[in-house]
Amino acid sequence: MSFHPKMAYDATFHKSARALEEEGPPFVYTPENRARFDKIVQRYPAEQRRSAVLPAVYLAQYQQGYITANAIRHVAELLGITRADVEDVVSFYTMFYRKPMGRFVLQVCRTLSCAVNGAERVTEELSTKLGIKPGQTDPSGTFTLLEVECLGACDRAPVVMVNDAWHECLKPEAAAKLVDDLRARGEVALSGCHHVVEGKKAG
Amino acid sequence: MEPILTRYVREPNSFTLDFYVQHEGYTALKEALGKKPDEIIEMVKASGLRGRGGAGFPTGMKWQFVDKKIEPRYIACNADESEPGTFKDHLLMERNPHLLIEGCAIGCYAIGAKVAYIYIRGEFFHVQTVLERAIDEAYARGFLGRNILGSGFDCDVFIHRGAGAYEAGEETALLESLEGKRAQPRNKPPFPAVVGLYGKPTAVNNVETLCNIPLIVHHGPEWFTALGPEKNGGPKLYCVSGHVKRPGVYEASMNITLRELIEDRAGGVRDGRTLKAVIPGGSSVPILLPNQLDTQASFDGIQKAGSLLGSAAIIVLDDTTCMVWLAENLLHFYRHESCGKCTPCREGTDWLHKILRKIERGDGQMRDLDLLSSISANIGGKTLCAFGDAAVTPVVTTLKHFRQEYEAHIKEGRCTLPADWRARQPAGVH
Repeated sequence: MSFHPKMAYDATFHKSARALEEEGPPFVYTPENRARFDKIVQRYPAEQRRSAVLPAVYLAQYQQGYITANAIRHVAELLGITRADVEDVVSFYTMFYRKPMGRFVLQVCRTLSCAVNGAERVTEELSTKLGIKPGQTDPSGTFTLLEVECLGACDRAPVVMVNDAWHECLKPEAAAKLVDDLRARGEVALSGCHHVVEGKKAG
Repeated sequence: MEPILTRYVREPNSFTLDFYVQHEGYTALKEALGKKPDEIIEMVKASGLRGRGGAGFPTGMKWQFVDKKIEPRYIACNADESEPGTFKDHLLMERNPHLLIEGCAIGCYAIGAKVAYIYIRGEFFHVQTVLERAIDEAYARGFLGRNILGSGFDCDVFIHRGAGAYEAGEETALLESLEGKRAQPRNKPPFPAVVGLYGKPTAVNNVETLCNIPLIVHHGPEWFTALGPEKNGGPKLYCVSGHVKRPGVYEASMNITLRELIEDRAGGVRDGRTLKAVIPGGSSVPILLPNQLDTQASFDGIQKAGSLLGSAAIIVLDDTTCMVWLAENLLHFYRHESCGKCTPCREGTDWLHKILRKIERGDGQMRDLDLLSSISANIGGKTLCAFGDAAVTPVVTTLKHFRQEYEAHIKEGRCTLPADWRARQPAGVH
């Protein structure tokens, strides 16, 4: 006689809410990204392909805008690791998005040096202007507003990172205008990093 | 002291190989390749160079500890610069990238590594572009790659981009991240010098540390030591931010005092305001008060004053700053960045933040202050890495020096110092 409770070992038993469902459109790298991927993998020892998981996920995110289960599956297959290994990484790092983001992801630095120079008010102004709270995307899918931790540009506070580019010294009063400028002119409206700008001007 | 590391950063083409070579660039690499690797380690030891990332550990010793019997060995350059208030490596990589590449190559030669990985934080995308171009240039001219300058020495430098994790700046977490895992620290010992990247001996060095290596090789250890007070030699980059008129990166010898840095270099606090507190080494170190401004801004000087030089990120706060708010702001950071591996830190930072938020909005009780101290005491020293100690520092240090502000918040049931630069409507937790 067994004391083991009767278990329903059928097809549904192992289904957990966290299992990776097919989600989003089918995903494979474009030929260009595949070529980039093949080049990146060579930086690491042959038996350490897993090291390339961060750059590989970045490639997927640049291709599709966010990371789906299908993208995770594709990256895992190419690197020869499990999907859980990739999901583990994707869920840990804040720069990987698991849902579609706006065309411009406004990331306002909220940590001390930016905060004492008005970052909280920048977030407020952006929030009012866009009608969304931090963490949300506006209905048109143009802007996502995020509060992020120290961006490493404390001398040009408050700093906002828009996608991968910086906008420095954004005073609260100028925040609404930045939204209009981005809408009208795209990323060229950003100030960029002052070091780069100084280099370009002179060079 | 004339700037050395940042001497040419305002020159238009300072980041190009041509400019660098015209200004004695890569001569140190040539000189290094003419010496034995052990001689270089001895030079670095003699220079007394201390790691610029935060801990101030002597770099020469770190390199000596690298187990030379095991192949392959690696250099991992820590360019994850995420300590709040720090932005010096950013400037070096952006405007003087070849100095770092040269430092990496000499470092590899000294410890017998063939590969250096530069782990750069994900938010520094524009810096990465500059660095990638510089590396390509260095390969094209034979300063990297096979048989460098005909010496038979091979060295590759690769960039690895992080993706937004403060914890990746901890050396073992950085290695985990490089291996394609979550950036969570490992137990120490074994230290990376023995069991590091892929289980092989690895030297993990900060960007500014590696940038000092070519200087030591070229000018000699005596020159380097003479630049600063005893055991604190060499040029040092200071990041001054917060409530100052001219925030920025300032290079000085470690003879300089905090007062000179804040008042002379950075222009002091805004007009009509007075200095309230200084965080001398990034958000993770204890606060210093205005009467301690004449402290020498060296590793030992700041330690004597009861704080740490850390990454030399000097955050200046004027009298509009509410210290409860400051602790709340920083604990929001630590709560968000805790990697979640050790329970005291994962659970404790969130708990501390909740209590601080409660006090800040005026719903605190006196017994919360003891609770804050008690939780802090149960995080500090009880985690795998120094993050736990770092995270409780803002709480412990503000409670120590500004307990009356906490009490005023609780008694009056509101923030007693709401500055105009803060949010009009305090945001919800997210």
